[in-house]
Amino acid sequence: MPRSEASSPAPRAWHDQPDAGGHFGPYGGRFVPETLMPALEELAAAYEAARRDQAFQAELGDLLEHYAGRATPLYEAKRLSEKLGGARIFLKREDLTHTGAHKINNALGQVLLAKKMGKKRIIAETGAGQHGVATATAAALMGLTCAVYMGTLDMERQALNVTRMRMLGSTVEPVTSGSCSLKDAVNQAIRDWVTNVRTTHYIMGSVIGPHPYPLMVRDFQAVIGQEARAQILARAGRLPDLLMACVGAGSNAMGLFHAFLDDPVAMIGVEAAGHGLDTSQHAASLGAGRPGVLHGCHLYLLQDEHGQVHEAHSIAAGLDYPGVGPEHGLLKDVGRVQYTAVTDAQAVAAFQELARVEGIIPALESSHALAQAFVTAAAMPRDAILLLCLSGRGDKDVASVAAYLEKNS
Amino acid sequence: MSQAIAQAFAAARQAGRAAFIPFLSGGLPDMATTARLLTELDQAGADVIEVGIPFSDPMADGPVIQEASKRALDAGATPVGVLEMLAGLRGRIKAPLVVMTYYNPVLNLGLEAFAQRAVQAGVSGAIVPDLPPEEAAPWLKAARAAGLDTIFMAAPTTPPERLPRLLECCSGFLYYVSMTGVTGAGLNLAPEVLAGIRTARAAAGLPLAVGFGVAQPSQAAALAGVADGVIVGSALVKLVLEAASPELAVQAVGGLARELRAALG
Repeated sequence: MPRSEASSPAPRAWHDQPDAGGHFGPYGGRFVPETLMPALEELAAAYEAARRDQAFQAELGDLLEHYAGRATPLYEAKRLSEKLGGARIFLKREDLTHTGAHKINNALGQVLLAKKMGKKRIIAETGAGQHGVATATAAALMGLTCAVYMGTLDMERQALNVTRMRMLGSTVEPVTSGSCSLKDAVNQAIRDWVTNVRTTHYIMGSVIGPHPYPLMVRDFQAVIGQEARAQILARAGRLPDLLMACVGAGSNAMGLFHAFLDDPVAMIGVEAAGHGLDTSQHAASLGAGRPGVLHGCHLYLLQDEHGQVHEAHSIAAGLDYPGVGPEHGLLKDVGRVQYTAVTDAQAVAAFQELARVEGIIPALESSHALAQAFVTAAAMPRDAILLLCLSGRGDKDVASVAAYLEKNS
Repeated sequence: MSQAIAQAFAAARQAGRAAFIPFLSGGLPDMATTARLLTELDQAGADVIEVGIPFSDPMADGPVIQEASKRALDAGATPVGVLEMLAGLRGRIKAPLVVMTYYNPVLNLGLEAFAQRAVQAGVSGAIVPDLPPEEAAPWLKAARAAGLDTIFMAAPTTPPERLPRLLECCSGFLYYVSMTGVTGAGLNLAPEVLAGIRTARAAAGLPLAVGFGVAQPSQAAALAGVADGVIVGSALVKLVLEAASPELAVQAVGGLARELRAALG
């Protein structure tokens, strides 16, 4: 990755995105049934107030530090760098947070906000189960009831997380429509919200959905990049050359990238290529989709010639979504971030490699970023710095990886 | 703007009753049967007929219309296919037609192209439930240029001060959602719901029709006193889903439609 590619001119200051209607350039906005519009206005106003409320920010900061375990370490994977013979690789260890993934950052922020708004009930969708577990955890902590919608396919491949959510006192609502995965869980959660909007807050798990969700989730995740930026400056005395993160709907990537958008730092977002981009079995919305409207916002979307949404595929349940957050769409269009994709097979190989070389079992989602990093870092000079968001830990994935290896050996 | 919808409401009002507005999912169980079902609804006395263009992710719909959309898509229904089927009915159906779909299929075909093709197919209006006024400007421009009514929804959660914003965009009729919920859920005509309907109707300056959850003739009759029109969808679609043959579907839908129409006076 040559350093000259590091910076591209931004159309407007990145911290000013989105506009008042939630638009990131042509993406984002609010495309929901009328029943939800007043609730979104209320949420946007409550969030704006919380954003400026020092007491709210202090309470959240306290929870992030003492409950979730922040700041997470920035670990230099020296054995990995040596083996690859390329750039220094730093891992932002979101896998070490309480509940084991970056999802807790957003869940704590939104549950705290819901409580301030007087909502008694929380709902969420989940794919890999990490957002569901994080939400169930935060709801338990604050004494709110919680229902998590999850596709039956995901319940099967992430059975451990289903058990965790139930132990935390949440109900898990099986979703049997469509592909029985994340997209369908979002549909069902929205239907619940339309029905119970007066008492219920819907915690979207990623930087998608109607305004203010893409903004709010990005802000709650931006702590990843803010910490990483300070940590790398303290450790290496300079900014990294390249950031890397996996992209399903895109929350960990936005969280890492946001604090660096005005810096001369290159960025790569890694989507799930599933069985390959030349097949229909993938989840690369930026790589192979085109703009459309789903789940309340205008975004890059996998869809057929008639505008029907494709079912995505990835071995990583958390990437198995046919759209990608609106801010990523803008970052792609202006060339600020480069997006690539890696296959199921590459992700599984990276999963195994990190476990063996560094003693860290990464989530299959994060393994997509690792797979790309192995290729990219090897071609970078030894003194270059690649900083990667290790968004979650892989305990939940060991059974699926074992099954995959058995089937494909 | 189309005059057909306004005229249909005016005719019902002159006859001293609320307009009967049935909904069916386009392409369920196949296009030919949908055409027969729509003809049957027309003969049963429908004042306006709503036809769904199926979408893969119908987030405002309950289980019945979700299932109907899925089956229609599995049977090969497309937005253009539904419009072509409707075009084939031109001159054979008296009631004005309204299509209901989600924004992505409209956006995918192109706003101008969709509006023009709909009008060419004899469609008088369109409902796009996931397109609020805040995002509607490009669609309004395209629909108005083509002469297509743009029907918007008001909900029990809509504050009175928001109504003017909806009404600015709305033509044909205002669609009042009877409850916070998805299509086909249970109807509860609580006093505050009826009050919300009255407020919206007084502000509207155009006919108001109530939908979501109206399944039985007695419910339709109760609403006829407070609304200019009553929309019935899931209850009819359910009959099509459950029918063992197209003939039986036509028979069942025609039967319920006549009962509903009679209940409206």
